Order: sequence, then structure tokens, then C-alpha cells
Amino acid sequence: MNESTPPKEERMAALSGLGTSRKRVEDARFTQGKGNYVDDMKMPGMLFGDFVRSPYAHARIKSINTEAALALPGVHAVLTAADLEPLGLHWMPTLAGDKQMVLADGKVLFQGQEVAYVVADDRYIADDGIQAVVVEYEELPVLVDPFKAELDDAPVLREDIADQSEGAHGPRRHPNHIFTWESGDRAATEAVLSEAEVVAEEMIYYHRTHPCPLETCGCVASMDKVNGKLTVWGTFQAPHAVRTVASLISGIAEHNIRIVSPDIGGGFGNKVGVYPGYICAIVASIVTGVPVKWVEDRMDNLMATAFARDYWMHGKISATKEGKITGLWCHTTADHGAFDACADPTKFPAGFMNICTGSYDIPTAYLAVDGIYTNKAPGGVAYRCSFRVTEAAYFIERMIEVLAIKLGMDAADLRVKNFIQKDQFPYQSALGWEYDSGDYHTAWSKALAAVDYEGLRAEQAERLAAFNRGETRKLIGIGLSHFTEIVGAGPVKNCDILGLGMFDSCEIRIHPTGSAIARLGTISQGQGHATTFAQILASEIGIPAEDITLEEGDTDTAPYGLGTYGSRSTPVAGAATAMAGRKIRAKAQMIAAYLLEVHDNDVEWDVDRFVVKGAPERFKTMKEIAFASYSQAIPGVEPGLEAVSYYDPPNMTYPFGAYICVMEIDTDTGTTEIRQFYALDDCGTRINPMIIEGQVHGGLTEALAIALGQEIAYDEQGNVTTGTLMDFFIPTAWETPNYQTDFTETPSPHHPIGAKGVGESPNVGGVPAFSNAVHDAFKSFGLTQSHMPHDHWRIWKIANSLGLHD
Amino acid sequence: MGKTHLKMTVNGKEVELLTEPRQLLIHVLREDLNLTGAHIGCESSHCGACTVDMNGMSIKSCTVFAAQAQDAEITTIEGLGSSDGLHVLQEMFKEHHGLQCGYCTPGMITRAHRLLQENSNPTEEEVRFGISGNLCRCTGYQNIVKAILAAAAKMNEVKESA
Repeated sequence: MNESTPPKEERMAALSGLGTSRKRVEDARFTQGKGNYVDDMKMPGMLFGDFVRSPYAHARIKSINTEAALALPGVHAVLTAADLEPLGLHWMPTLAGDKQMVLADGKVLFQGQEVAYVVADDRYIADDGIQAVVVEYEELPVLVDPFKAELDDAPVLREDIADQSEGAHGPRRHPNHIFTWESGDRAATEAVLSEAEVVAEEMIYYHRTHPCPLETCGCVASMDKVNGKLTVWGTFQAPHAVRTVASLISGIAEHNIRIVSPDIGGGFGNKVGVYPGYICAIVASIVTGVPVKWVEDRMDNLMATAFARDYWMHGKISATKEGKITGLWCHTTADHGAFDACADPTKFPAGFMNICTGSYDIPTAYLAVDGIYTNKAPGGVAYRCSFRVTEAAYFIERMIEVLAIKLGMDAADLRVKNFIQKDQFPYQSALGWEYDSGDYHTAWSKALAAVDYEGLRAEQAERLAAFNRGETRKLIGIGLSHFTEIVGAGPVKNCDILGLGMFDSCEIRIHPTGSAIARLGTISQGQGHATTFAQILASEIGIPAEDITLEEGDTDTAPYGLGTYGSRSTPVAGAATAMAGRKIRAKAQMIAAYLLEVHDNDVEWDVDRFVVKGAPERFKTMKEIAFASYSQAIPGVEPGLEAVSYYDPPNMTYPFGAYICVMEIDTDTGTTEIRQFYALDDCGTRINPMIIEGQVHGGLTEALAIALGQEIAYDEQGNVTTGTLMDFFIPTAWETPNYQTDFTETPSPHHPIGAKGVGESPNVGGVPAFSNAVHDAFKSFGLTQSHMPHDHWRIWKIANSLGLHD
Repeated sequence: MGKTHLKMTVNGKEVELLTEPRQLLIHVLREDLNLTGAHIGCESSHCGACTVDMNGMSIKSCTVFAAQAQDAEITTIEGLGSSDGLHVLQEMFKEHHGLQCGYCTPGMITRAHRLLQENSNPTEEEVRFGISGNLCRCTGYQNIVKAILAAAAKMNEVKESA
């Protein structure tokens, strides 16, 4: 090495590459209020569109009178299904192979359903117009209980497909039945259960809730009729998929559609789907010839776009008397609402619910899921989780607790006894997945030691004794959770959405002076892609992260990708980024060798440069190579330095973690206090520890909300009773504890940099930890299962039903 | 609808405009004055994304009529920091990863700014209580609290050395 070459460590540090807690490049803009969210957009002549929504959950529409609305100054148009029908746009396809009304076609099927679309000068006049539209309804019997959907006297909801015995996912046995999806070996599992020494059985309900990002859904559609180009800026977690779908359903050629996701104010799954608001804004722009904006208000958001969960999971788990699990059986009744609009890969109508064997070596298992129509909003999105994975994790982590009670064993010991061993990876699960890697025992022991598990149990026992002596009214609950995620959808061979393979992409251009721009098929909604993907590249190509601009979300410039949800950005687009970087490096190697007048194989990579093997004083830095690629005629090498990679992952990734929640519960008021929350995450190679920690804090807080109070609830008439932030629980800084984060690092063997994804782990693992803590507090009084959300009232009811107020 | 003449001081500049009586302050700020930093998250005073400072108090501008701001002194996120650099709160939010999607951030920082004027040396508990009118869906608040405490310490340091 010559004197001018700084030491390796110094050069690596200068890159801010993998493993660096690099500060976010997004923040200067956001902290100054200079973000560019869709509602910030203003365009000349822009109108505002908003919906007349149904007050009823199930009703026939006898008439819609728009005259008075149209007579209002400033109202430009009122669209109804009758206006959309000639365009074939009164219904739209859903991501799940069903179809959904864009505007009510003859009837409404859930409260808040879109009935008519008023286009006006601004949002105030649009609201005046909405009030002036007169809709005459005839109420129909309402179905809110999925278990009553297939009774003889159940009202038929979807008259449009009532006589179709075959749906998108196989046979339908009733007009309100959508599909049955099975995984595993039913006969073998039932045989194991019937012969088992111990069987625990429970109904585990994961209630309906909502992702509720702080920014609601919205868009601005602008149809330029002169050049035939449609541009839509909107809250899209998957802009390219939206472009293709928009082209297919509108007939506008795909090159004439530009979809842009500007800054997105949180997504959490809410912004994956295509909503009537987008279609109506596009049609309204075509009709009026000017841009049209649509932005939901919070009530619209909670009532109409993208609920999550609502799975009734009936489980049976069998074991030997010593606690070795022998079989798992699950039948799920899935309440999908009025249209099947789940955002799942096509072949997985219940998502990856068949990861429900969790972290355990369960030899035999069977899962069946029945999708059911009810008079509720459509959706079924993955709220900060991979597809239905949080349902699966909640199910198995509750079943383990229920089994531990039945066996009279400590639930931590039961887990240890059944974890998949480190040397069993890659592990074939009974329900068909190949877990790529894991080391559960190490993570679990680290977690138990960190919280002094034995000490906690002793303290809990002392508290219980004091409670029984009448010295305190508070109990301690210790909530355990060891989850395994399945993320990074996914391999094109079995993962697609509407036929589009779930690969992802990255395109890199190195500028002559050695800085770069990279574009990806994903779109950040707060995850900090512009920061972290630059770090991946910095380590791959030796250009400092601060010299790399990241761009996403504009379909005219970004390479095709399937977007950001299901923790797929790092596993899939992150891999594409590394692979594109390696292509750059391969070309750079040829250029370096030419410049150094040696054979290609005689140079080797060294952090930020190629050096001649055995002669470290002879090198070319990436910066020099970049300039040479633009300035010199190099025989056999094209000018410029660019690469693109489309990455089709060979497998999913399987992040895991061990969470422990210590909760104080006041038996008289039902209030809870999180005294300690320890979260160990293993997401493989860590790109930016600061961002990982932030993701864990946020995901845990969403998990806390779901477990302890947040729900989309309906009354018997199908009225949403939690439609505002007054009723829909979002924790404030006051209720939210400080979390203690930790990690182990088990790289994914098939991912180019070994990363697995982390954004959703805390929601997946957090919900069972919080819920198990509540259950654990009351375990010694005979409680085995009580449905979430565990709000104060429901916890008070638990205490009351167990005789603790007597 | 008849319009009202509205005069107020926004970020130190006097502005005059015509508004309808029913117009909300957040819409006037965002749409008439192009100050899009404060956001709309719930339109019911619950989330705090629309927080601005009015006459020395944090207010949720989604439930204040513009007409109520007659002659008022308003500070929005655009009024903190300068074109040359970030305000110390903005710096500390970046330093401590106190934001992710950025949607709650302008309201959160504007609230924190007022909180630190009400109480220049708050405890963690006082910060948590003081920002409990502002919801964040991304961060779990832990780093927001850290950022505000760090900003308070920095601001006090500057005061002491002055």
C-alpha cells in the first residue's frame, strides 16, 4: 500500500455502508415540513371529488337523485354506477380474484360503501354536494356474524355471483362462501390427534382492526386528453402494479399511464389495494378534463379502505405427556366482508397462514381456511405483517400457552422443548415451507437471561400470594412470544399478484465524477429506503452512501417492481440492489484491469478500488474507474457505467425473534401498565441498526394498540362503532412504554447480503407477547383464553368473571 | 357564501386574505398560504398532525375556524429553523431518529417547540404527557422523546453559555 492509501477501516467507515447507523437523508426535508404528500399537491384548475357513502350495511338502492347537487354552484359532476357502466368501470377486479363495486350497483353491502361521487371546486363544495344527493334505500337483513353466513335463512349478500359454484379459489358451497383453502395432511393430523396423550383445543379470535396510517388514502388524477397521457399521483404501495391494473381495466395503453407515489405518510398495508376513490378520480378527470383530487377523511379510511385480520381460528394441538408436540390442526373462519379484496399472492387466498406451525418442529399439521362474505368493509390486508403471518403467529403462540396450561408446564420450557434445532435448517415444515435459517435456542436463552425470567416468575408468585392475602389488587403477567416470520414474497414460481411475478428491481447509473443514482421498484412509506439502499450499494461498489441518490415510486423512471409491503423491500429489492451493484463492479473490474494494463483476473476488489494482486500500490479507485468509463475508449467495453437487476428470490426469508412483556394489571379497573418489554430480533444481516431499532419501536407500538384496544367493531345492524380516533385506539406517548431492543444475527443463506427484513416482525411477535401477558396474569385463576382486544373493560370483565371482585 | 376579511401574522409575516366563515385554519394555511407542512390526519382534534402555534399556544388547526385566527400570531413548522439550517429540534429529531414517514413530524416538532417554551427543562414523563395530543404511527415515540429531551439540553446549554 502506498502512503496515499488510507487504511482499510478508514475507507470502509467513509462509505457508511452495511452495519452503519447512518442518519437518514430523508429527515432534513421532513423535519422542515417540506415533504411532498399527495394532499400537498395543487394543480391549475384542480377539482376535488368525494363520496356519498351508504349509511346502511345492507340495502337495495331504489333511486339516486343528483339534481339538487348538480344545481349547486361549484359542483361539476356527480357520478353514479349508471355513469360508470358504459365504461365498464362500475365494478373493478380485486387483488384476490373477486370483483368489487366502484359505485353501488343496485345495492350496498357495507356501511360506508361508495354510492356516488361528487366533483366540485373544493372539498367544502363537494361536501355540500354530498349532502344534496338524495338516495332512497330499502333496508335488507344484515349479516355481521360469519358463523351465521351459511344458515338456511341467511341473507344472500352477493346476488351478482349467487349461482356461481366455482370461485377464484375453487368450489363455493354457499352464496356467502368464498373459498376453502387447505394445507397439510388432514387425515394424518386427525389420526395423530385421536391417539395423542394430551390434546388442547381452543378458539382463538384475532379481531378485525385497521392499519390506520396517519395519512389517509388519496390521489390526484390528471388526464391530458390532448396527448392521451394519464398521470396519477397517489398513496400507492405498489405503483407499477397499479399502472398495469389501470391499463388493463381502462384500456389506456400502459406507456400512456404514469403512476407516481410521492411521499407516503405511512402505509402498513392500507395502501396496497386499489380503491374506488382512485377509479372515480381518474374517470372524473377524463370527464372534466382537469386534474381531480380525492383524499379520504379519517372516518372514510376506517370504514371503507382495508381492514385487517378478522380470523376465527379453531385450533387443536397434541403432545406427549412430556410436552413434545405431535400435531397441529386449525380451521379458520375468515370474515372477508362484502368483497374478497385481500391483498395476497394469487395462489395463497389465506396468505401465508400456513406458517402457523411457527418456530416449532411439529411433524404433522393441517390447516383449512374458509373465506366468508359478511356486510362489512372489504380488505383483508397485511397490517404491518407478511400476508396473514401475524394471525398465524398469534394462533400458534396462544396455542402453545394453552397447551402449557393443559400440561402443567412452564410455557418457556415447552417452547424450548419444541423449537426447531439449529442443525435442522433448512427445515421443511409440515405445511410446506422451507425455513432458510434460524437459531431459536440461542435467541431464546439470551432473552430469558436478559429479563431474569426465573426472578420474574418468583416475583410474580410473591405478588400472587400477596394478592390472595388481600394486600394488593394488582397482578403481574409475563407474556412470552417466539415468532417466525415468512417475508420477502417472493419467488415468481409460486408468488404473483394478478399474474405479476413478485420479483423486484434496481437500476444504477454511475455518474462520470463517481457519484450515482439508483432507482428501485419499491416505495418507502417511512422505512428510510433512500438511506438504507444507498448503504447496501456503498458496500457493494465502494462509493460513499452520501454520494448515492435513491429514487422510487415514479413508473416512468423506476424499473418495474411489485412495491413495498410484507417486509419484501430488503429481501427482494435489497437483493436486486446488491446484484446490480455486483454487475457494476464486474464491469469496473474490466476497466480497472485495462487502465492498469493487467489481465482482468489480476486485479482484486478492496473496499473502494481494484488493486493489482501482489502490488497494492497499483490501484484504480471506483471514482477513477467511473471517469474512465465515460472518457476513454476501452476495447471490448461499452462506454458508461450502468446496471439493472431484476431479482427473483429463490426462497422467502424467515426472520424470527424472542419477545417478553412484563405487565402490571389492576384487577379493579382493568388498566394495564407495561413495566418492561424486551425484544430480540434476528433479521439476518443488519443494514442500519438505528433504523432497525426504530422499526421495532414502531411495530411494537402498533402491536400494543392491537392487543390492548384497537378494533373495527360492528353492531348488529352493521354500523361501524369505532369509526373515529375517539373510538379507534392509537396509543399516545403516555401509554407507550420504552422498549429494550436486542438482536442475534443469523444471515439468510440465499440472500446476496444475508438480510431478511424486519419492519413487520415487531407487529407479528408483539401482539402475542402483549396478549399472552394478559392471559398469564390470570392463569392461576383458571383463565385459558379470552379474546382480544384486551381493553380495560374487557380485562375488568375477565377479573369479574373469575370472581376476583367478590 | 359571503367572505370575511382575515388578517393575521404567520411566521412573522403579516397576511391578509378573504375566507369563507366555515373555512378551517388548516385549509387556509395549506391551500391559500401554501404552508403544507402541517398535515391533516383526522379532522377531529385527535391526531395533532395539524398542530400549529397560535398566540403562544399549541392548537389543532383542523378544528379552529380561520376566522378565529383574526389578528392572531401563528407559527407553523415553516417558521422554525432558517433557510441556512435546521432548528435544534429539527436537528435532534434527525440525530435521534425521531421520525419515519414524516407525516406527524411537523405537528410534533411544532408542539415540542411550544412545550419547551412552557417548560425548558422537562422530565421524560413531562415530555410524554406534553406531546400526548400528537399521534405517531411509526416511531413508538421512544426516539421522539429522546430527541425532545436532547433538544432541551442543547437549548439550555446555549442559554447558559450566553
